[in-house]
Amino acid sequence: MFCLPLLCAQAQSSGYLSAGQVQKVSGKRNAALQVKIPLVVKEGYHVNSNQPSEEYLIPLKLTWTEMGALEGGTVTYPKASLEKYEFSEQPISVYTGSFDLLASFKVAAKAPAGPGAATGKLRYQACSNRACYPPKTLEITVSYQVQ
Amino acid sequence: MSAPRLLKVFAAALVAACFFTGCSPDARSVKSTPPVKPVSDRKPAPEFALKDADGKTVHLEEYRGKVVLLDFFATWCGPCKIEIPWFMEMERANKDKGFSVLGVSMDDEGWEVVKPFLADLGVNYRVVIGNDATAQIYGGVDALPTTFLIDRNGRIAAIHIGLASKRVFEDGIEQLLQDPGGIIKDQADASSGGGVLPAFAVRASTK
Repeated sequence: MFCLPLLCAQAQSSGYLSAGQVQKVSGKRNAALQVKIPLVVKEGYHVNSNQPSEEYLIPLKLTWTEMGALEGGTVTYPKASLEKYEFSEQPISVYTGSFDLLASFKVAAKAPAGPGAATGKLRYQACSNRACYPPKTLEITVSYQVQ
Repeated sequence: MSAPRLLKVFAAALVAACFFTGCSPDARSVKSTPPVKPVSDRKPAPEFALKDADGKTVHLEEYRGKVVLLDFFATWCGPCKIEIPWFMEMERANKDKGFSVLGVSMDDEGWEVVKPFLADLGVNYRVVIGNDATAQIYGGVDALPTTFLIDRNGRIAAIHIGLASKRVFEDGIEQLLQDPGGIIKDQADASSGGGVLPAFAVRASTK
């Protein structure tokens, strides 16, 4: 895949799931911001969705650790697909291929003008058709500019 | 040699090569893999000391003289949940013949999550909590389940990375139990101690 070094700099990968470039957002105080976080699951693998169909499965979950001048950060997870694997009697709720998370923020009323960044940890657990891999964490960074 | 004749020779060579090696994936899949490695290819299973549910330290060497199925698993692992009932059945059927299953949980949360899991499934064999060091000496176990069949002399006879078939475990156990456990030929290797896992471990993951 060809991409400009500047755009690739923030892409994160931790084995079975990688995060693409998150677009920098900007807004005035009190403005609502939405950020798309593109993710790609390695071919031949799947990750559990945010709401796995079985209680014992570890869900994919993004937790913000640093918000900067942003508030909220509600994450909208995409619709998962139900897939049947060799190890599952019933189809299970997973993400495969490319998908996006959508994070909704509001610029704080007293946010200082200028750049900043919100960071979060995306926890996920991946499997192939025959094996599962320990949960991993991807760091997600959302850069913003308060106008 | 004329061109047609050269072509015939090449075609014949190709057919012969296909016959011996298998040209299609299907051809390869019909080859049967022996359930356990020949004794001469087996390496010592690395020693470990891990705690069981009662807080007792379990050493692998305690199992010397027995055939051991060592299963690295986790509570969040779907394929592991398929194999565990098989292992319970195998423990029940073979425990009086010198066979034991030993589970190694790789759950970071430890007994807090493992005990309810074992109770829920009614696991009838011993389980210990593993750690990164143990996983490392066993070849850096990452994919779960990863299962080792260990012979009566404490040597690794088979490794299964990921979900395997019940039959392959049964055949392996049966073959190892039939071995009287006499003195192994290459004792020098066995006495060299449990070092790093031998190079024959085939990884399912490309990580």
